[in-house]
Amino acid sequence: MEAMRPLNQASRQEIGLHSQNLFLLLVLGVLWGVFHLLTLGQPGQFLSPQNLWNLSVQTAVVAILVGGMVLVIVARQIDLSVGSLLGFTGMAMALLQAVPPIGEGWPWPLALLVGLALGTGAGLLQGYLIAYLGAPSFIVTMAGLLVFRNAAYLIAEGRTIGPLQDGFLVLGGGLQGSIGPFWSWVVTLLALAYTLGAVWRGRWLRQRHGLPVRPLWLDGLLSLFLAGLFGGFLWVMNSFPHPVTGQGRGIPVPVLVALGVLIFLHWLSQRTRFGRYVYAIGGNPEAALLAGIPVRRIQVLVFGLMGLLSGLAGAVQAARLAFVPTGMGTLLELYVIAAAVVGGTSLAGGSGTILGAALGALIMSSLQNGLVLLGVPTEWQNLILGVVLVAAAVWNARFHRRRS
Amino acid sequence: MPTAARLGWRCVMRKGWFGFLALLVLAGGAWAQQRPLVVGVSWANFQEERWRRDETAIKEQLARMGAQYVSTDAQSSAEKQLNDIDSLIARGVDALIILAWDKDAILPAVQKARAAGIPVVAYDRLIADPYAFYISFDNVEVGRQQAQAVYRVRPRGNYVFILGSPTDPNADLLHQGQLEVLQPAINRGEIRVVGKQYTEGWRPEIAQRNMEQILAANRNQVDAVVASNDGTAGGVIAALAAVGLAGKVPVSGQDGDWPALNRVARGLQTVSVWKDAKELGRRAAEIAVLLARGTRPDQIPGVQKFRVPGDPRGTVVNAVLLKPIPITRDNLHIVLEAGWITKEALCQGVSGPQAPAACR
Repeated sequence: MEAMRPLNQASRQEIGLHSQNLFLLLVLGVLWGVFHLLTLGQPGQFLSPQNLWNLSVQTAVVAILVGGMVLVIVARQIDLSVGSLLGFTGMAMALLQAVPPIGEGWPWPLALLVGLALGTGAGLLQGYLIAYLGAPSFIVTMAGLLVFRNAAYLIAEGRTIGPLQDGFLVLGGGLQGSIGPFWSWVVTLLALAYTLGAVWRGRWLRQRHGLPVRPLWLDGLLSLFLAGLFGGFLWVMNSFPHPVTGQGRGIPVPVLVALGVLIFLHWLSQRTRFGRYVYAIGGNPEAALLAGIPVRRIQVLVFGLMGLLSGLAGAVQAARLAFVPTGMGTLLELYVIAAAVVGGTSLAGGSGTILGAALGALIMSSLQNGLVLLGVPTEWQNLILGVVLVAAAVWNARFHRRRS
Repeated sequence: MPTAARLGWRCVMRKGWFGFLALLVLAGGAWAQQRPLVVGVSWANFQEERWRRDETAIKEQLARMGAQYVSTDAQSSAEKQLNDIDSLIARGVDALIILAWDKDAILPAVQKARAAGIPVVAYDRLIADPYAFYISFDNVEVGRQQAQAVYRVRPRGNYVFILGSPTDPNADLLHQGQLEVLQPAINRGEIRVVGKQYTEGWRPEIAQRNMEQILAANRNQVDAVVASNDGTAGGVIAALAAVGLAGKVPVSGQDGDWPALNRVARGLQTVSVWKDAKELGRRAAEIAVLLARGTRPDQIPGVQKFRVPGDPRGTVVNAVLLKPIPITRDNLHIVLEAGWITKEALCQGVSGPQAPAACR
């Protein structure tokens, strides 16, 4: 009995964590339903393939960034420079690939690589200043916000840079930027098979080791739900026709990139030593240090990862616009932090999940999407977003208090 | 000069120091009479590339009129700009051209200039003081030209307005001009407004998202888009391109951004209303010199009375409002000839018989 108690506590905690994500899913469902009902009277509804396809592309940039931000916040830090760094790397990539005399005329893959390297380097540098030289991350990254924004301005000499190369634009999900119905089927079925495999294999493993398992009906329901989710996703992606070919478009490349990043970060945070260390540092930095965790190195790496993701998001954002204005990504850091908080990440550090943050990003982006679809004026959109953010923060605080 | 020097020398020789001093005073007085006018320019944030073009134009025009150019840069600080103007006045400038960083915080400086009898030209940004002579482009006219260019291509159908930043009064002036042109057709029912959104911070990403949503809400049944500048037009065109409508739906813009002019050459954007910074700089320098020479503000060629919008005191200023030029595929040669853009940049990706005249 004595040995079982911590285990029960742990499993209850796990169920608690799931219930938080379940709640987010519920909020999302209600939101989508309400928006759909409100848009019934107009030609295009919220739950139409075109709008959901739009929504997926619109969420991609924030979704790429939010996972990195979760790790930063979990490690008790903050990164305010992501929007500016995105603008800077995007501008660098635009300048490198634009035709002379405006740019350098490099092939776009090279420009992309240099942009990603710049982002990673900037992130590592900020991480070094924070971890080894002891400067607070709020200040260092706020300085980064100023420096990168104006560096973008300077390298572009205040001009808007474009047009970008056609191959690069694939990253943005435009007319050529999706993978077509066939590959969408392949990707979705593989992903579904892997996910269902993980659910049932996990159950089998737990059973074999005599650990408590969820009731059979719950796992069955979960499997059905997952199948429905993946099927719905595939249906939406393949139902929005390409204006030239008339066929379904399939999954947009930026969405694939975002999903890939999120899955990687989920794996990184849940299944690797690096991920465990990040949570350990966030939970109790001193204990982590005493336990022999290389706290500083991990912190530098977390910021480096955030920088790399900023570069990647910069590429997607630039490709989406097909040109780069000097102010690209202004205020984006706040939307990313907001998405992480709505997704249940605690600003106190130590707790937060990639899945929750992804749902948070989807909720925030659904709100923006739906409000514009309804034709709500800008002032009201921002006011409503602010109210939702406060509600999420209050709810999170209550949730964490109840749990502890 | 040699005669004067010899004369001076002789004076020193014959009448000693007193005569020499008298001569110096005389010479000083004569020099003060003939010394060229000095025009001081107080920039708000010279970092922006755009103002360099203006500076060149101002310098050239001043040189042509025999006046000197001195300048300060407030580096985006209202306080620094006040100090800058103090020091310009202390240097004894004869006229001030001010690009105000903050249109309200600048007022004390204008009062000081007035006390010192130095005329003030408010450059591109309005200063709500009748003493400051306002010169800028006519934003209402920009809006009119945007709407006209789109209306000419698509006189009926579903229209979308992508407006500027909700916090920028210019956004509303532009929209006012757009509606002046389109309201009659809207009233007749020939034009239906199916979407209208402001664009926070004039950011293209926001304009793109808004346009995607308006397209989704109307099942792509959009016939024309009146966008308020080239950045937002770029976002709109990216959204249109994603549903295969780029080049089929007319889109307006303004500023003459390089990528936007390239889009005009490619047939993706209908018009970019262009405000020639050189023209603005040239006219401002001319007005500053005329005012310094004693021309009354209401005698300046092209002057009109301009009521400050949204000013509770109903301030009216003397103003010269320049006419912008709508650049379409038919008159692209104007921006080429003005040296605004290179032919490579303008005509990139444009070739064949479809190309506009300027690219052939």
